Formats: sequence, structure tokens, C-alpha cells
Amino acid sequence: MPKYYLDFEEPIRELDERILELESQTDPTQETLKEIAKTQGKRHQLIEKVYSKLNPWQRVQLARHPNRPYSLDYIQILIPDFIELHGDRYFSDDPAVVSGIGHLGERRIAIIGQQKGRDTKENLYRNFGMMRPEGYRKALRVMNLAEKFGLPLITLMDTPGAFPGIGAEERGQAEAIARNLLEMSALKIPIIGVVIGEGASGGALGIGICDRFLMMENTWYSVISPEGCASILFRDAGKAPEAAESLKLVPSDLQEIGICDRIIPEPNGGAHRDKDSAINNLSQAIQEELAALEKINPENFLDIRIEKYDALGFYQELK
Amino acid sequence: MAWYNRKDKKFKDSEKKSIPDGLWEKCISCDEVLFRPELDKNLCVCHHCQHHFRVSSAVYLDLLLDKGSETQLFSTLESKDFLGFKAGKKYSTQITGAKRKTGDHDAIKVYSGKLNEKPIILGVMNFAFIGGSMGSVVGEAVSRAIKTAGKKKIPLVLICSSGGARMQEGAVSLMQLAKTSAHLAKFSQEGGLYISVLTDPTTGGVTASYGMLGDIILAEPGALIGFAGPRVIKQTIGQDLPKGFQRAEFLLEKGFIDHIVPRSEMKDKLSRLIGLLT
Ligand SMILES: [Zn+2]
Repeated sequence: MPKYYLDFEEPIRELDERILELESQTDPTQETLKEIAKTQGKRHQLIEKVYSKLNPWQRVQLARHPNRPYSLDYIQILIPDFIELHGDRYFSDDPAVVSGIGHLGERRIAIIGQQKGRDTKENLYRNFGMMRPEGYRKALRVMNLAEKFGLPLITLMDTPGAFPGIGAEERGQAEAIARNLLEMSALKIPIIGVVIGEGASGGALGIGICDRFLMMENTWYSVISPEGCASILFRDAGKAPEAAESLKLVPSDLQEIGICDRIIPEPNGGAHRDKDSAINNLSQAIQEELAALEKINPENFLDIRIEKYDALGFYQELK
Repeated sequence: MAWYNRKDKKFKDSEKKSIPDGLWEKCISCDEVLFRPELDKNLCVCHHCQHHFRVSSAVYLDLLLDKGSETQLFSTLESKDFLGFKAGKKYSTQITGAKRKTGDHDAIKVYSGKLNEKPIILGVMNFAFIGGSMGSVVGEAVSRAIKTAGKKKIPLVLICSSGGARMQEGAVSLMQLAKTSAHLAKFSQEGGLYISVLTDPTTGGVTASYGMLGDIILAEPGALIGFAGPRVIKQTIGQDLPKGFQRAEFLLEKGFIDHIVPRSEMKDKLSRLIGLLT
């Protein structure tokens, strides 16, 4: 049972609580067991109903659900022998991003994931998943290591944006992101990018250049957060739900546009209700995608990426 | 000192009402009232405080390319409201309005031409066109400019000024950062010379892609250059920003640009750099 409920999940809470109460009876009668089964059935139906028609704003809220699996939850299950690699070798180690190497199934891989915190203290440490320049430079260092030793690269995106602070600007936030875009385009290894929560703007793209772009079902990816968009265009951050509609930021919209290559299904009721299934679904998808990407001649990756991103622009050309 | 430059504030305020629109401009930096034809002759740089006004692409075209050497490229590219984006104003209405206001087709113009007889590809962004924002057209025009420079084996110069990615195109505008950077990766591998010139203001997605990827990065004096806008940073950290923060001089001190070059010296500096590197 999740610890936190979004407003549209409230009706589910009642059933969750009823089931918990019934299950806590020490010597349940036949009647009680029957009621448990009945309530579980009801809950299943209700979850399906609530989750079958989520609007974009609800999906944005789900992507931010505080009980969702974060990068380290994924890494723990995907890569049991994970070894974290710290620091950019120039300035410091940025805890808003975790990077390292290990085995995914039979394969050696490198993985880089943006990391949020579970509570206030951890969030201050992780800076709410908002990377600073040293984070992008650490990521690049690990990417270059992966390329040198022929490890494919997985990146997990989950950030409200790159950190907008004085120090971040002083140390070249824009340069760090730009550098990664250029260097990642030319990496001679397969890259799979996955949005596991929030994929906000240049902050996500700074580790997000890839050959296959995957999105978990309840996530978003956009040039700006719905709040940011609303406060600029409507002069009212409270209009974020409307901005979320306009921005076309949910996986199904992005698949239609051609940005998202594959949507990873989440278990009934979202990844926060059943982390293991969500992570297993992703594991399977990554391994399938890697199997296909490994057939590509590494010398061709830059041209393939240029072709891919060239197609992601829509304009008219007057004759 | 000419009479129109008098520092008497009262005189200036009353005078302002009686001067015809368009003939006078108040310097936003030093408050002096400037005679427009004089200002234009001075490349739109205030002769009191050297403030560099934001200018249209025509000014850089005149300034940088040898007279009559230029050919405009890719001017048939037009933005399209493919998301049917509505937020207050419709995107399609904004495009039409910006075209009417600027006379330009989008936020960038690309030319092939000669700079002191050396052939180059020149791209000039225009902040007046929807904040110089980068959507599909800017992304495509910059990419084609890079490819053309690569094919012809000539230097590429981009004059940047932009508030960032064009959010009316959603995540597709974000993809333009990826697209232009990937083309630059190829161009650089093939030995191409790319010089970026950052003018006021260059923030967001343009800084975080081709703005910061020049082999040489130049900036105009006083230009605002950064990733996040100052308003956003102030909101996030809840304190005032240090004086001169995110200005060209600040970036030079922090090690992110090669040179601050006044507009009047830009052609000469570019010419010498190109001469030394090609
Ligand atoms: Zn002035």
C-alpha cells in the first residue's frame, strides 16, 4: 500500500485501508476472507477505471509521485553487481546523478541516472534531482569510459530540470550540457535513454541523446515544465494543467510525434504500486533494444543519430 | 556635448514628449537620449556608455559581409503550428505577427558571403522574432548552415541572440538542441572552423547547444549570457543576484568565452581569427 495518494487516487485509498484492516485480523473467519477477496476485486476494477483515462496533468502528477521507483531502485534490481563511479575529476561529485558500471543480464553496461530523494534531508543532498555542471561532466567522464571499453550506455532521466543557481551558472551549466549533446552524438556505443519520471528540458537532454528513446507509461518529457510554461504564457503557474495539455508531453503524444520509440507498460495502478514489475518490464525492453543496437557498426552511430534528430523537426518549405 | 545629450533630467523628460517618435531613443543603460540617425551610424552602440543595443540581422549583414558578396540561403523555411498550440495566443497568430513586425521569415537568417574576401557561412539570429526562440525552422536552418559550411570547407559564424527553445513547439523544440549539436559534432570531426558570437541576450537552449560549442566563442560587451534566465534563478534561490552576473564580462572571468569584442571591431577580429585558423 502506497504511503501517499494523489487526489484522483483517493477512492483507492479507502479500499486499500479496508483490505489492510481485514487482513490484520488475527483469526479471520470465512466471512472475512470472502470480504477480502471481494474488496480486492473491487480495488482492481477501480484502479483500472481510474488509470484508463488519465489526463496529461494527472500523468505529470504520477511522474512526480513520491513513492515511485527512482534511479537507484531501478539500478539495484537491473544491475545486481553495480559499482558506482563518483566525481567529475575537475570540481566535485554531484549527488543529483548516479553513474557506474555493472552487468545487466549477461551484458556489461554503463548506467547514468538522475536521482531524487525520498525525504527532505535526502532531497537536499540529491538537490531534488537537479544536476549541476559537475554532474554533466561526471556523466560525460563515465560515457567516455564506457566508449573506451565498449560498454553500451543506459541513461535514466528523472529531473525537474538542470539546477538554476548562481554556482551552476558560474561553472558553466550551458557549456556542460552543450558539451554532452555534442559528445554523446558521436559516442561509438549504443545508447538507450529512458524517462522514468520527469524529463524536463535541457536538464534531461544533457544525458538524453540516444539511439532508442523509451518512456515509462506514467512519465512526461518536455521543453519546459507545465508550471514554467504556464507562468510564461498565461502569467499564472496555476494554469499548469492547461499547459500540460498544450505541450503534448505524455508518452503517447510523443510516440505519435516520433520522439518516443517505445512506451514501457507499468503495472496496474502505476509503478509505485508494484516496483518490481515496473522494473522487470524495463529490464526486458532494454535487453531487447540492446540486442538490436549491437548489430550496428559503431562507426555509423554519429550518422545514424544525425539522421534520427534531423527527422524531428516540422516546418514547411515554400517553393 | 550636443544639446540632445544634456544631462538635465527635467529638460529631458519634457523634451521627450515633444520629439517625434522614432527619431530619438533613450539609452536603457545610461538614460541618455540619443539621436537615432547618429545611433544607427554608430552600429547602434551608445557613444556615452558603449551599451550595445539589440539590433536586427541587417546590421550584422552590413557589418560583417563584404558589400554585394552575400546570398541568402534557406529563406523558404517557414514555421508551422503542428501541435495546434494554444496558450493565450495561438502559435499560428504569433508567427504571423512576428513576420509582420520584423519582416523576417523566422528567428534566423543564413547567408553565404565573404568576410574580407574570405568565404564564410553566416547565420544571424533575431531576438525580435518571438524572442529569438529556436523551433524547427531555426534548428533546420542552423543544421543546413553547418552542412553547407562542411561541404564547401569554409568557416561558419553564428551570431546568437535567443531566449531559448520555442515552447510552442513542445518537445520538438528541445530536439533542435540535439539536432544542431549532432551536426556540429560531425563538422568538428571533419576539421571545420565554427565561431559563435553571443549577443544580448543568449540564454536557454541556444546557449546550451551551438552557443557554447564554438571552436572560438566571442561575445559583445554587456551581453546577457546564461543557461537559466536571471528571473528564474532569483526565484529559485530567493536572493538577489550579484552585480554583473551572467554578463559577458562575468563569463570571460569565469573562463567560458575567448574574447569580448565591441561591435565596431567584430569584423576585424573575425577576419584575423579565420586567417589564423584556416
Ligand atoms: Zn548609454
